[in-house]
Amino acid sequence: MKILVPIKRVPDPATTIRVLPDGSGIATDNVKWVINPFCEIAIEEALRIKEKQTGEVVLVSVGQSTWQEQLRTGLAMGADRAILVKTDTALDSLAIARIIAKIAGDEKPDLIILGKQAIDDDANQVGQMLAEMLGWPQATFASKVEIAADKISVVREVDGGLETIAFKIPAVITADLRLNEPRYASLPGIMKARKKELKEIAADSLGVELAPKLKIKTLAAPPKRQGGRKIASAQEMVSLLHTEAKVI
Amino acid sequence: MGDVLIFAEHQGGHFPKATLTAVHAGLELAKKRGGKAIAVVAGDAPEATAGEIAKYGVAKVIALAHPALKNYLADAYAQALAALAKKEGAEFIVATATAMGKDLFPRLAARLGAGMASEITAINDDQSFVRPTYAGNVMATVEIDGPIKVLTVRGTAFDAAKPGGAAAPVEKQNAEIDAGALKMEFVSFNATKSDRPQLTEARIIVSGGRGLKAGENFKTVLEPLVDELGAAMGASRAAVDAGFVPNDLQVGQTGKVVAPELYIAVGISGAIQHLAGMKDSKVICAINKDEEAPIFAVADYGLVADLFKAVPEMTEEIKKLKHS
Repeated sequence: MKILVPIKRVPDPATTIRVLPDGSGIATDNVKWVINPFCEIAIEEALRIKEKQTGEVVLVSVGQSTWQEQLRTGLAMGADRAILVKTDTALDSLAIARIIAKIAGDEKPDLIILGKQAIDDDANQVGQMLAEMLGWPQATFASKVEIAADKISVVREVDGGLETIAFKIPAVITADLRLNEPRYASLPGIMKARKKELKEIAADSLGVELAPKLKIKTLAAPPKRQGGRKIASAQEMVSLLHTEAKVI
Repeated sequence: MGDVLIFAEHQGGHFPKATLTAVHAGLELAKKRGGKAIAVVAGDAPEATAGEIAKYGVAKVIALAHPALKNYLADAYAQALAALAKKEGAEFIVATATAMGKDLFPRLAARLGAGMASEITAINDDQSFVRPTYAGNVMATVEIDGPIKVLTVRGTAFDAAKPGGAAAPVEKQNAEIDAGALKMEFVSFNATKSDRPQLTEARIIVSGGRGLKAGENFKTVLEPLVDELGAAMGASRAAVDAGFVPNDLQVGQTGKVVAPELYIAVGISGAIQHLAGMKDSKVICAINKDEEAPIFAVADYGLVADLFKAVPEMTEEIKKLKHS
């Protein structure tokens, strides 16, 4: 089975994010860049499917030259090759989905597995948009994927429980936290990754509409919550919640 | 121009609070943009349920019917809603960012070729919206270009719409769906069984973290406090990952976002991903034995203590309070 895994470069989730004083972006000095954690889970799932059957795992990313680092990390985890669609302008989810749909049209994968959301813009859109553009089934927030013959069933984490849906390939799956525990890149894996193919394509050579429909005007820090008061005992806590906060 | 289509998600014929927040946001948006608010209730036979939402201030309710809408599936629902949005000439389509809203609306946006803003928390007067990014650490002001704009709203950022006034007319429409293009099959839904309030509906939430050490302790230590308060139970990602409690109890950036009147965090350190899901609660109370835990920085009342001692003491104290 051939699996396409779109991935995104984001600040390390443990990084404290600061907004630039003019609200034009975030401060990127001292930011460590990593593969979006949900994308790592997507790579892991693709590798596991490939290891059970045969096939190929192709990574794709849409961003600047520096994004090669994260693609190399994915190759070191075990992906076979990678495509970087290069652009220096900020694109919205719709444009990213159009680019990946175009790549999927050329690559013809059986499955596309992505992270359910990127932890920077928290949009949670690209997988669903891509499925619609390709006219494929979608299984978002997947916590279990089972592949039998040509039929796939996916357990999804939804409000109030777990839902199971089924469909045939080709399809789009987006990974939730508990789908798997991603592996680390091994030293031999890192060595091998250096020789794997990493192809660059210019985004504006693909002939897809890139002008964003969603535009960010400005960024700001949220109002800070004032906490920090310490209480001496459980008894005092209950008493304050009753008499002062009046919530119980 | 300016008309707002509100996707009114229902659960077995009733509308949860989350849906009513989308109705509220849709009414606010219609008022600000000079349009009508129209609620859409979808299903195989949605007429009776549709009547329930008619009293909440909308101009019209559309009962969108088709056999393929019996169980929710993204492809059928996206087809039906996209066709309806075009037919009604709506400028905005709004839903709450529930699991269903998050699954459906990006697909709908792509079908319409429309821009989408996820989980907005405010509707500005100047055509822009506010939405949280970076786990709520950065608030982005965004604008959407184009004749149709797709939005999901964060349930905790808007009040629930209230019933009142005359009931709006309910109009039944048959959904336009190309059944040949449908490729998804609903297999089953395994509901988490609980007699407690749902996280997104509750006035009080008690959440447990890794500090609880075992699933068993959620039952013996946390549940008596939860039930004494009539609260909903939540959990941190660490507790869910460790298998202590089911996934749908997770509060945080990638789980549920909640803002109850009282949030009690027990044995939760307070990673930014968790804070993103609860820091808008009215009152936050934290119990943790590590006095350096980041949860204390956002807590109105912090207690540095062994939770295995403090939680039963709190439960006892609340019992006394109720009987006094």
